[in-house]
Amino acid sequence: MIKLNVNGKIHDVEVDPSTPLLWVIREQLGLTGTKFGCGISQCGACTVHLNGTPIRSCVTPVQAAVDQLITTIEGVKTYDDELHPVQQAWIDEQVPQCGYCQSGQIMSAIALLDSNPSPTDVDIDNAMSGNICRCGTYPRIRRGIKRAALAIEASGENEESING
Amino acid sequence: MGKWTRRAFISAGVLTSGVVIFGVAVRPGNRADKVRDLIAKDDESVFNVWVKIAPDNTVTAILPHAEMGQGVHTTLAMMLAEELDADWDRLEVAEAPADKEYANYALGKGFVLGDADVPAFLIDTIDGVFLTIMQAMDMQITGGSSSVPMTGQQGMRVAGAATRAVLLEAAAKSWNVPVAELSASKSQVRHEKSARTAPYSEFAQQAAALSLPPKPRLKTPDEFTLLGTDVQRIDIPAKVNGSAMFGLDATPPGMKYATVKASPVFGTNVQSVNEASIQAMPGIRKVINLGDAVAVVADGYWQAKQALDRLEVKFEENGNETVEQSEIYHQFATDMDAATANNDEIADLEIGDARNALAGADTVIEAEYRVPYLAHAAMEPMNCTAWVHDDICEIWTGTQNPLGFAAEVANALEMDLENVHLNNAYLGGGFGRRAFPDYTIQAAKIAAEVAYPVKLIWSREEDMRHDHYRQASVSRFTAGLDGDGKTTAWINQYVDKYDPVEAPYPPYDIDNQYIHYAESGTHVPWGFWRSVDHSLHAFFTESFIDEVAIAAGEDPYQYRHNMLAGQPRIQKVLDLAAEKSNWDQPLPENWGRGIAVHKSFGTIVAQVVEVEVVAGKVFPRRVTCAVDAGFAMHPDGMKAQMESGIIYGLTAALYSDISIRHGAVAQSNFHDYEMLRMNESPEIETYIINSGEKIGGAGEPGTPAIAPALVNAIYNATRKRIRELPVKMHDLTLDDLESKDVA
Ligand code: FES
Ligand code: FES
Repeated sequence: MIKLNVNGKIHDVEVDPSTPLLWVIREQLGLTGTKFGCGISQCGACTVHLNGTPIRSCVTPVQAAVDQLITTIEGVKTYDDELHPVQQAWIDEQVPQCGYCQSGQIMSAIALLDSNPSPTDVDIDNAMSGNICRCGTYPRIRRGIKRAALAIEASGENEESING
Repeated sequence: MGKWTRRAFISAGVLTSGVVIFGVAVRPGNRADKVRDLIAKDDESVFNVWVKIAPDNTVTAILPHAEMGQGVHTTLAMMLAEELDADWDRLEVAEAPADKEYANYALGKGFVLGDADVPAFLIDTIDGVFLTIMQAMDMQITGGSSSVPMTGQQGMRVAGAATRAVLLEAAAKSWNVPVAELSASKSQVRHEKSARTAPYSEFAQQAAALSLPPKPRLKTPDEFTLLGTDVQRIDIPAKVNGSAMFGLDATPPGMKYATVKASPVFGTNVQSVNEASIQAMPGIRKVINLGDAVAVVADGYWQAKQALDRLEVKFEENGNETVEQSEIYHQFATDMDAATANNDEIADLEIGDARNALAGADTVIEAEYRVPYLAHAAMEPMNCTAWVHDDICEIWTGTQNPLGFAAEVANALEMDLENVHLNNAYLGGGFGRRAFPDYTIQAAKIAAEVAYPVKLIWSREEDMRHDHYRQASVSRFTAGLDGDGKTTAWINQYVDKYDPVEAPYPPYDIDNQYIHYAESGTHVPWGFWRSVDHSLHAFFTESFIDEVAIAAGEDPYQYRHNMLAGQPRIQKVLDLAAEKSNWDQPLPENWGRGIAVHKSFGTIVAQVVEVEVVAGKVFPRRVTCAVDAGFAMHPDGMKAQMESGIIYGLTAALYSDISIRHGAVAQSNFHDYEMLRMNESPEIETYIINSGEKIGGAGEPGTPAIAPALVNAIYNATRKRIRELPVKMHDLTLDDLESKDVA
């Protein structure tokens, strides 16, 4: 039995400890917002936070996540249960197309803004280049991050995501 | 149903719940003669479009197209709401399921059954005819480019306008006033003189009893209040919080997981499977030999994948094991030469006398181009969930052709189509790939062998190696110029012609043209890839015309401009792109600028690319895009599609190369089939021209011109002419600016 803390809830799961976290999140916990794109840490579709740091869950054995705080796209709401400023910015900039990569994009973007509230273009390049978007939403993702950064700044108190 | 006598056939009905529906079925506009014949023979509707009005005045648009990111649900709903004067903020949207009953336009029959209170669309796809139709129709199914011009213009708008007309007629009767005194907005009918206002729902039942006008008056663009505005896309909120359901996310109770490995060399079968090789592995349920592939079913995907990787499988040999990419190109060249030597050239387009004109030309320019196979690499790998129980087969997947897929499953399992229930999900990218049902048939066959639902997930490697690829091709040009540098002869030979017909034709005023091709089949399966033949021919023709312009000593933009006098609409788009890009402004050192223009799917797109070449690596920095699709229904959606088409095309031009090694695809995942990423993504500005001409598509036309604009920019920066894609194979280090053309 493996104990996992996902989005603030404790789950006991029965899996081989070498199973990638991605499949445990999707299949055992039923949280399907986290996606499978490549399985080899190339695309970022499976990005979740481990103690606030973005990781590729497709190559992270579940045992490495035991006793850590795991956050998925389903868990990024702010404390007052509203959309996270990054999610709101994604709507305002009309970022997603097919949407398949966007959970991963949003997880990477939130982690970036948590550690760097006013990123430059180069910072955005560095933080986001591990996330492929086959629909080519990069220009809008860039705008979305900048918009979210302004919104977070304007809200005064850098609203943190649950594990941010 | 009798023979169709009208373009649109409309009727209405009342459901038991008090919900009223209005439907319109529309025959397709015809793009290919083959298709017209196929369709004209039967009475099936291609599009059924439906409007529901509930007692609480909620209007629901039932849309016959799959949402794969192109925003089609929003645009089609806007087109309906515009003509219906519906309240956009309270409009709901549902996607029609794949159900033959509804494709038969059986209003009232089956429509009220159970919870399935929505109809479907699409061609009669039984008997496997669908593949032929689909291929002939080139993504007519849900090709992002056809939904708006076809379904939207002929279906949604007609349905909206006809429904509005009967609602007003019913209101006029009920209030006993002339219909001309009534107006409508936000799903309300208004009689100004008596200051009465009432919701549509109040008249819906009476309206349903009236006969719908077959040709209702449609609004002119100056009457639009919704179309042409930037409403928010309706699918986006679910795509920012993980709740949007893709095919991969289906979870019927008790589901297990499967993954497959097909023969690496296309077209061969499984020879033997040694199940003992994975016997000791945990969670394994079953190994299934599917003939041309082997599947492992397990409790989880990871277990299935681990086992499949270990499973000892032998495939038969069919002689293609020795085929290499270089031989394929060699075969193309040989077949092209042979066609000419044996008088076997297949004429594609003949204008004037190109050979004669060439003989009299002052200057002759020749070049040969080639492009590789390309994978679609949709972000969501192919997957499908299937459950065979109680004589039915339930399917959950993302498809561009729901009814066609259901028909294929019915064929594969020898079931009646009505027993195949297909639930279409959001598509994690389509680009043409999800018009091919191979993955769905596999899932159904696997499910038929077990007693529980199975989710089949292809690994990325399987997805990359078993695509229906954009074809590889070679194109040879000879142009003749007169003493003034004007092109007087254009001769072009290429390999294999698919669709659309006009893809290889240059838009320019050239008096003598001879375009022909040779056929050269290979064992590599091909399929529609975003913009189909346009994706290669725009690269060929728009690169070559650039060479011609430079050889004539002229500016590539001006040269094109001068040859477009006969095509003022195209000329205008070209001019706008050039102007907005500041074409004449000098660029920094190591930068270059290139232009290209191409019309596809009724839409004209011109693009100017600025590149910077740093240590031999090309960075596209800025793209200026001008587009004329007649009228942009949803301008921000149009821009998003241009951005998407540009990045998809840049990715292909810079990096993408599917090559054949030992008969199989050499590439396997994103490390060797690379994608453009955030750090290489250019700034993109899109400028829209609403010319008022016939409505064109948006999903594909952004792609064709970008590859030639890019290589033209690279030439401008480096004086190196790239004639073979992808760009990454060429040495572009700037040590020797005078170096020869590459490729
Ligand atoms: S699925 Fe994990 S990085 Fe692609
Ligand atoms: S929105 Fe489709 S892959 Fe990013």
